Amino acid sequence: MADEVKLYGFEESPFVCRVKIAMNLKGIKYDFVVENLSNKSADLIRYNPIYKKVPVLVHNGNPISESLVILEYIDDVWREVPILPHDAYGKAQARFWAKFIYDKCSPALMKAIGSRGQKQAVAEANEQLRFLENELNVKGTVFFGGDNINLVDISATFIAFWLGAAEEASGIKLLTEDKFPKLVEWGDNYINCQAVKDSLPPRELVLSFFKKLFGKA
Amino acid sequence: MDVILLDFWISVFGVRVRIALAEKGVEYEYREEDLQNKSPLLLEMNPVNKKIPVLIHKGKPVCESNIIVQYIDETWHDKSPSLLPSDPYLRAQARFWADFVDKKIYESAKKIWTAKGEDLEAAKKEYMDLLKVLEGQLGEKPYLVGESFGFADIAMIPFSSWFYALNQIGNMKIEEECPKLAAWVERCMKRESVSKTLPDPHKFHELLMMRLNK
Repeated sequence: MADEVKLYGFEESPFVCRVKIAMNLKGIKYDFVVENLSNKSADLIRYNPIYKKVPVLVHNGNPISESLVILEYIDDVWREVPILPHDAYGKAQARFWAKFIYDKCSPALMKAIGSRGQKQAVAEANEQLRFLENELNVKGTVFFGGDNINLVDISATFIAFWLGAAEEASGIKLLTEDKFPKLVEWGDNYINCQAVKDSLPPRELVLSFFKKLFGKA
Repeated sequence: MDVILLDFWISVFGVRVRIALAEKGVEYEYREEDLQNKSPLLLEMNPVNKKIPVLIHKGKPVCESNIIVQYIDETWHDKSPSLLPSDPYLRAQARFWADFVDKKIYESAKKIWTAKGEDLEAAKKEYMDLLKVLEGQLGEKPYLVGESFGFADIAMIPFSSWFYALNQIGNMKIEEECPKLAAWVERCMKRESVSKTLPDPHKFHELLMMRLNK
C-alpha cells in the first residue's frame, strides 16, 4: 500500500520548513497543503484541534502536530538517513539542544530584534548564541550532527536562514562573524545542503514578512 | 553510584524522573539541591539552564525532565515496563501530550497562584479548559495514550499534587468537574512509583501559602 503523506503549512514558517527538510533528506514523497492562518481550513482544525497551528503531518490519515514531535515521528517511521543518533545519550543531547533552540534561543533572538536592539535583550540573545557557538567548538564538526545534519541542525533552521532576513529588515545585527565565527560558518554550510536548499522558501518572501512585522513594508 | 539525581523535593519535574527510575527499578543516589545556593556540581552539569532535575549517569549529565524520562526508557530498555509505546504513531501521541503538559498546563497553573480579580477568573477558566482537554483525551481509556501507564502519564501525574492547592486558592472543584481525570489520578496512585514519589498535596499547599504570603 502506498504511503499517503500530507504536510499542512505555509512557506514562510520556519517550523514547517523543518519538516520539509527532514522529508526531503529522507526522500519522502508528500503533498503540501497550503494553509492561510487567517482562514484555517476545516481539515487543519480537525487534525490539530488543540493548537490549530501548522505544521501538521498527516500520514495515512493519522495527524501529528508540533514540529519536534513530527521530526521524531518521521525518524521513527522512515529509518534511512537518521536524524537522531542511535545511542540513548546522543539522543538526549540532541533533544536537549533542539529544545534549547525552541525554548530559549529563538525567543531571545526575536526579543532582541523586536525590541530594536534593547541592551538587555541583546545581551540575552548573545548569551544563548554563545552556548551554540561553544557547542560547535566542543564538537569540532561542521554540523551539530557531526559530518551530516541532524535534529539539532534542523531545529536551528531559523537561525541559519530566517534570522538573517529579520536582521536585514530590522537593522539589528546579532549573528556576526567576529562574535560567532563557528555559528556563521555552520549557517553557510547548512543552507547549502541539498535537502535544506530544496526546502527553504524564497528569501524575498521571508524578508517581506519581517519588513511587515517591523512596520517597514 | 552509577546514577545520581540532582533534584528538589517538591519539584514536579524532579518527580517525573523519580517515577521513571522507580518504574524501571533503577538504583540511584538522590541529592537534594538548595535552589537558592546551587551546588558547583549542578552548575557544572547543567551550565545552560542551571536547573534541576539533572540525571548523572556514569558521570554524564542528562537534563530536562521529559528528555531524562526518555533516556531512562531507552537506557534500561530491557527492564519492563516500557515507558513509551513501540508503535511510532502512539509514540508521537505520547510525546505530543507530554509536551502539551509543559507548554500549557504548567504555565496556566502558575498564573492562578498570583492572579487577582478578573485575571484570576480568566486564569481559572484557562486552566479548567486545559484540564477538560486532558479529560477528553482520556475518554474511556485508562491512561492518556493507549492502554498502559507511560510517558504522557508520567509527565502529567506530578501536577495532580497541585490540585488541592488550586482548589483552595482558586476556589475550584477540579475533581468534580473532571471526573475522568480524577479517576485517572487514583489509578496512577495505585502504582508504587507514583504513590511513594508524589509530594503530599497538603504539604505543597502549605509551602505555597508560605511563599505567597512572603
